[in-house]
Amino acid sequence: MKIDWAALGTVAGVSLVVTIALVGMFTLGISALSAATAAGRNGTSRLPARLGAYAAFAACTAGVGFGIYLIAS
Amino acid sequence: MEHITLLVGVVIITALVFDFTNGFHDTANAMATTISTGALSPKVAVAMSAILNLVGAFLSVEVAKAISGGIIDESAGLQPEVIFAALVGAILWNLLTWLLGLPSSSSHALFGGLIGATLMAVGTSGVNAGAVMSKVLLPAIAAPIVAGLAAWAATRLTYRINRNADEKVSGKGYRAGQIASAGLVSLAHGTNDAQKTMGVITLTLITVGALAPGSNPPTWVITSAGVAIALGTYLGGWRIIRTMGKGLTDIRPPQGFAAQTSAATVILASSNLGFSLSTTQVCSGSVMGAGLGRKGGTVRWSTAGRMAAAWGLTLPAAGLVAAAAEFLARQGDWGVIAVGAILVAGAGSMYLISRRKPVDASNVTADDLDAPATAAAAPACPAAQIVTVPAQGGPHGAPALTPIAGGAPATAGDAGSEPAATAV
Repeated sequence: MKIDWAALGTVAGVSLVVTIALVGMFTLGISALSAATAAGRNGTSRLPARLGAYAAFAACTAGVGFGIYLIAS
Repeated sequence: MEHITLLVGVVIITALVFDFTNGFHDTANAMATTISTGALSPKVAVAMSAILNLVGAFLSVEVAKAISGGIIDESAGLQPEVIFAALVGAILWNLLTWLLGLPSSSSHALFGGLIGATLMAVGTSGVNAGAVMSKVLLPAIAAPIVAGLAAWAATRLTYRINRNADEKVSGKGYRAGQIASAGLVSLAHGTNDAQKTMGVITLTLITVGALAPGSNPPTWVITSAGVAIALGTYLGGWRIIRTMGKGLTDIRPPQGFAAQTSAATVILASSNLGFSLSTTQVCSGSVMGAGLGRKGGTVRWSTAGRMAAAWGLTLPAAGLVAAAAEFLARQGDWGVIAVGAILVAGAGSMYLISRRKPVDASNVTADDLDAPATAAAAPACPAAQIVTVPAQGGPHGAPALTPIAGGAPATAGDAGSEPAATAV
């Protein structure tokens, strides 16, 4: 009986890392959006925070897109 | 020759029927938490899930190959009737667990069916024990744990980073994230579960010599399997959605997002390596992990325990039904016809029973009948849910789920099939 431990380990490791990275990045994006709202209320510029938020969401999208590309190819 | 062709046609149709039940059994995986947190309306959720399942079906064929070339030894002299028996076992078990609102694994039902029918037909030589161990049993145990762990960690992280965030902004953001991640789960489901049916049809075509051993599924097989699972998904397994969305734990948008991201990642990673794991178990694991990850979050372990029992039962139960079906089917043409009749009778009676207490898009989040299905309703008191749900007769909550042992034989009796009774 041959069991492919390496493949099982890969799935486990990749899943943990990718999940935490994606959720973390998305959360940072939401934090930044929230900061942008707060900045708008205080009258300071909301641009930096907003750009940060978009960068975080773009990183999430790119990560997901790359994952799907890996599977489809 | 014409007889074989007819039987092959019947097997293919039965496989697509299984795929269809697979779809509506598993809508819950992708959409339960999205619907229960109110991020999407039930109808929109199932439509989106259906489309993405179809897309997912075209993405990869690794899992299909694992079935048609790995678990069952295709050179062992398998006949289409064996696969027919396997599918009957899987469909009947799927419908029974759907009736009870249990999110059991369609994949394990299929594998149980295949293994049971093959053992009955050609003995232990027909089943590749190593492949069963490494591609089915181990992932079955490991995947929900990994998904749960990842969802737990991600939930903790997201609550930690965002503890000071503006509630309105984050509520809106997480709901968008939930929709996206639910879409990913649907896509992942297509890459994993639609593949299983493709694998079975391919296996059938190989056993009759229409395809060379080790072939990839032909395009028409991929298309029909994708369409069948999408249709099933669109129909929506509202009973199971209720159990998943409300029964296990109270899920808020950040948790739903973390749970679905984790589930989608685990499933996609596994599909890519040809592990045909149970999407149901992965999603349940991640929902539980996310439930525990929030401060003060709890998991209803009694519901979780019943689900775990159903998981353990699925493989052997579907296997027993399939073995019995194979025993009947190998008696000759009349046997095959009898098995078909049992399938139709069993499926029909379970459908009729389900009509007595229908669960559909209109009452799938019925715990929230008093309030609109928005995030405001999500933190509803668990005790209240437990009280209200059985009163509405849903297949969810403690009293409604217990019939797994007591009520099942009655259902099997209705179906007129002693195999199902033996199984339970």
